[in-house]
Amino acid sequence: MTGLFSEVFLAALLFGAVTAAVPLLLAGLGEQMSEKAGVLNIGIEGMMIFGAYLGFVGAYYSGSLWLGFLVGALGGMAVAAVMALLCVRLGLNQIVIGIALTLGLEGLTALLHHFQFSRSYPRLPAADKTPIPLLADIPVLGPALFQHHLVVYFAVALVFVMICIYRRTQLGLNLQAAGDKPAALDVAGIDVIRTRTIAVLTTGALAGLGGAYLANVGAGIFIPFITNGAGFLGIVLAMLARGRPLWVLFGALLFGVCLSLTTAMQVAGINMPTDVIQMLPFLAVMIMLVLFGRKASLPAALGLPYERGAR
Amino acid sequence: MSVETTPASATALEPSLPEGGRGDLVRRLVMTLGPILAALVIAGCILLAVGVNPLTYYGFVIERGLLSPLGVQQTLTRMAPLLFLAAGLIVAFRAGMWNLGGDGQFLLGAVSAAAAGPFLVQFLPVWLALVCAFLLATAVAMLWSLLPALLRAYQGVNEIITTLMMTFLGTSLANVLVKLAFLDPSTTVPQTRTLPVEDRLPRLFDTTISSGLVLGLVAIVAVHLMMTRTAFGLKLQVVGANPRAAVHSGLGVPTLTIAVFAISAGLAGLAGAVDILGVQGNVRADWNPAYAMAVIPMVFLARMNGFAAIGFVFLLSVLSIGGESAARRLGVPHHFTLVLVSIVLIMLAVAEYIDHHFIKTRRV
Repeated sequence: MTGLFSEVFLAALLFGAVTAAVPLLLAGLGEQMSEKAGVLNIGIEGMMIFGAYLGFVGAYYSGSLWLGFLVGALGGMAVAAVMALLCVRLGLNQIVIGIALTLGLEGLTALLHHFQFSRSYPRLPAADKTPIPLLADIPVLGPALFQHHLVVYFAVALVFVMICIYRRTQLGLNLQAAGDKPAALDVAGIDVIRTRTIAVLTTGALAGLGGAYLANVGAGIFIPFITNGAGFLGIVLAMLARGRPLWVLFGALLFGVCLSLTTAMQVAGINMPTDVIQMLPFLAVMIMLVLFGRKASLPAALGLPYERGAR
Repeated sequence: MSVETTPASATALEPSLPEGGRGDLVRRLVMTLGPILAALVIAGCILLAVGVNPLTYYGFVIERGLLSPLGVQQTLTRMAPLLFLAAGLIVAFRAGMWNLGGDGQFLLGAVSAAAAGPFLVQFLPVWLALVCAFLLATAVAMLWSLLPALLRAYQGVNEIITTLMMTFLGTSLANVLVKLAFLDPSTTVPQTRTLPVEDRLPRLFDTTISSGLVLGLVAIVAVHLMMTRTAFGLKLQVVGANPRAAVHSGLGVPTLTIAVFAISAGLAGLAGAVDILGVQGNVRADWNPAYAMAVIPMVFLARMNGFAAIGFVFLLSVLSIGGESAARRLGVPHHFTLVLVSIVLIMLAVAEYIDHHFIKTRRV
């Protein structure tokens, strides 16, 4: 059992946990903003897969990971724009449209992948890591936590940006009101539709970025259905976090450890079928939901389109 | 009972329009066919973009799914599991519960039927073995939905997320069962033991259509009648329209919630069983046709009406059989069917909005 607890192994496990956690964190933060503003964004899985596809395509053809991330985020935003138009402006059912977007984009990206990459399955070169000076030299924790791609630090920093937005800014209050009592926001002279649209577009950009990270840094390749429920895990995180960005971070890291553990167990040669291992993260989610589900509070107007003057 | 029983379609895309005269019928027809045509055009543009002639593709789909004798029999056979799934979804959605876990329930039902069927036919008369396999599939799928049901009923946990998580778990569990528990030792392909063709559900008359189709039709009509014609159905509709009002009118909402999940999942399990016992004969490892996800849009398009759902399920069946054939001949992966279905759904939703809006402004 020495292999399991060696320093190198532990560092690899934690490194994998962070890598797996980042897409969940971005998706969770995005979904949290949508939900705060009263939009249940089931389409986030579709935004992620589209971001993953476009992110990979952008990085593959331009040779620049950063351009890939940008294109991925814009792709997620484009899907979010459709969602905002249909669900926020036209007030169509959010769950129906969300499912339609997810299904359609999973199909579309699989289709495009088939025609572009299914013969060659190209890979991207390993992403550059940016070690943080001093911190990166700590044994075990250094290589595990402080030698990542810049996007990882950006994602973590975003947690604190979100906290600031929700606590200290007018926009944060507006978002909260758009989800809890949209009519009150309207009376206060602020455009509910606009507030919710901002939230949904942000969600799209973050989910797209998360997807692009998953494909470009996490896997180095795009394969159909690569997100495999990561967007949905983001929804769970947002639900359990009860509006607190920091909880999304902790939750994402917890699931990240679960996901990383599954790969680590395979590497360590523990004889367990992959199907059983694949169940672990979802099992962890169900246990969390059983234990804490009751406390997951959602905004009052979640899922309800806002129509001025309607009761 | 002074409960305001808004029709179930309140949870659907838009409130359905009042039935009217012939002009209304024409308008409804236009509002249904127009968006489908628009979706075909948009999807056609995607085909053009990847270098496939859309007319050739649609031609293949119609020829194989609708016109060729063998194809149309396959289409009708494929409808059986889809109808069971649609029936289950109608119950859940009308009661305001988003059971998105149909695929996990379907696969576990399929695996149970595949495990029980070939085993039981050795001892029991064929009909009894099949009935037992059906019952087992139903029970297993019901059991799989129990946790989301309990969480929703007593803890108020959103069932969208729990059923989705259970579907990921169920898909993996089905694989584990196929590979570890019920593996057929006599083949190298990882799959369950095969139910001999002569022991499967009988075929209709002289065709290759499985009698599962009849079972599916019975199921969906029964569900439709239950929801619209019985006191139990009305109770579920009330829960769906306004859970708080349901509590105030003395309905046992938690019990009804669990009942809804049990019926919905049970029907999904039956869908798996009818596909295995009627068509496939066994479950191969990593087999997941993801029917339930594709059926969800159909149920919305049908506005949760059982009879309309039969029509939309037929459409999906044509698309899926035709799409599989076109995939082989044109090299377009069958995922394209998903794209087409979702564009149709979005177009119809938009059309309904325009229609609704148009009516409203005209009345004012």
